[in-house]
Amino acid sequence: MSLLANASVLLGKELRTEFRSRELLTTTVVFILMVIVLFSFTFDPTSAESRRFGPGLLWLAFLFAASLMLQPCFLREQTNDTLSALRLSVEDPFAIFLAKLTANTLFLLLTEFLLLPIFSVLYNVAVLPVLGWLIFVFFLGSLGVSIAGTALSAISAQARMRELLLPLLLLPLLTPVLVASTEVTKALLDPSPYVSWKGIGFLAVFDLVFLTALWLFGEYLLEE
Amino acid sequence: MTPPAGPSSGIRFENIDKRYGGLYALRRLTMEVTPGECVVLAGPNGSGKTTLLRIAARLVRPSSGIVTFPSAHKSPAAGDAPTGFVAHATMVYDELTAEENLTLFARLLEIPDPQTRVGKLLLEVGLVDRRSSLVRTFSRGMRQRVAIARALLHEPPLLLLDEPATGLDPQGTAWLAETLRRLRDAGCTILMSLHGESNISSLATRGIRLEAGRVAADTRTGATLQSILTFADA
Repeated sequence: MSLLANASVLLGKELRTEFRSRELLTTTVVFILMVIVLFSFTFDPTSAESRRFGPGLLWLAFLFAASLMLQPCFLREQTNDTLSALRLSVEDPFAIFLAKLTANTLFLLLTEFLLLPIFSVLYNVAVLPVLGWLIFVFFLGSLGVSIAGTALSAISAQARMRELLLPLLLLPLLTPVLVASTEVTKALLDPSPYVSWKGIGFLAVFDLVFLTALWLFGEYLLEE
Repeated sequence: MTPPAGPSSGIRFENIDKRYGGLYALRRLTMEVTPGECVVLAGPNGSGKTTLLRIAARLVRPSSGIVTFPSAHKSPAAGDAPTGFVAHATMVYDELTAEENLTLFARLLEIPDPQTRVGKLLLEVGLVDRRSSLVRTFSRGMRQRVAIARALLHEPPLLLLDEPATGLDPQGTAWLAETLRRLRDAGCTILMSLHGESNISSLATRGIRLEAGRVAADTRTGATLQSILTFADA
């Protein structure tokens, strides 16, 4: 069976279990909503301040929410040792990663699109004129977060102090993604919007490099 | 129960060491299970039974040594034997139904007509009426039946069972013993660790006792086999 066919079967399982329990989506949506609302109420930013600080705040909230979302990604495979059953059933272990990182990207994107209108209203920032580009940047940034996060989730799930380890590893590793995503989003929300190709290029290369590394070395991350 | 799909496969362990930090789970272990054998592993807690089974399932890499899977119909080759594995944990998802769990693994294992195979197995394990119930609503024994069904989905020629009767009631244990007897008679190689299931351990054609990660006794006949099986039943 091809890698993609295995991954699509596993993706179906990931989506089914999440939409049945709604654990991850609820946690991340509530977390990001609270950050956005509390920041808006605390600082009451003007439109200019929002354009300046909003993108950074938005991506920081996404990043922290992602660390919450990624924590149980492999941890819940340990409850009944289902990871072993998956390893015995798939030809290429990369299919497990591919399914999980696709699911994580979809969950993260769904959360971001749910909260973008609220951000737009609370921070008085027009997002509709650049919505297409924003979707593209959200996709590239979320994919980078998910690829690195899924790999680190597999590592931290087998470690002691796993709850602490994932954010400790994830946040420094994703700092370049945070900076690049913020830069591109800030350029798009500018009164005279423009596309920061440098940032987009960086995000695309980051995604490609980490995806290749995961494809090459992912098998070792799953070993006991 | 359907006989195994492929040719019967054995396992050969050569000089296997497995260390966890400074602790040896297995030490210089060499043994071979020939195709079609039904071998019971016995031994006290911590003697290395689970580690040995997980190495045989290729879930754990030995610290040193070689594991190969000689087939009854071809020269010894490493790594291509389809394996059915029942572990301590159930290895199924609590948030999926019994049918969804088995269908998921059937599709990953490329079983032709997975719905028919899953339906047949659910009938055999006595869970056809609960096929649409989430596994988290099941008792331990029912979960174990799903776990056994998952391991048998692809009719593997090599079965690795780590205390497979855990949680099963007397009827469940009798069903498991009968299933394993049919598989053994059909040529399936079985390597299992047991604690206290006499009607299952009586299927053994060979008994191996492990102590401190080494083979302490290994026999196919006579009083020694009985003493190893008695140890398993203790």
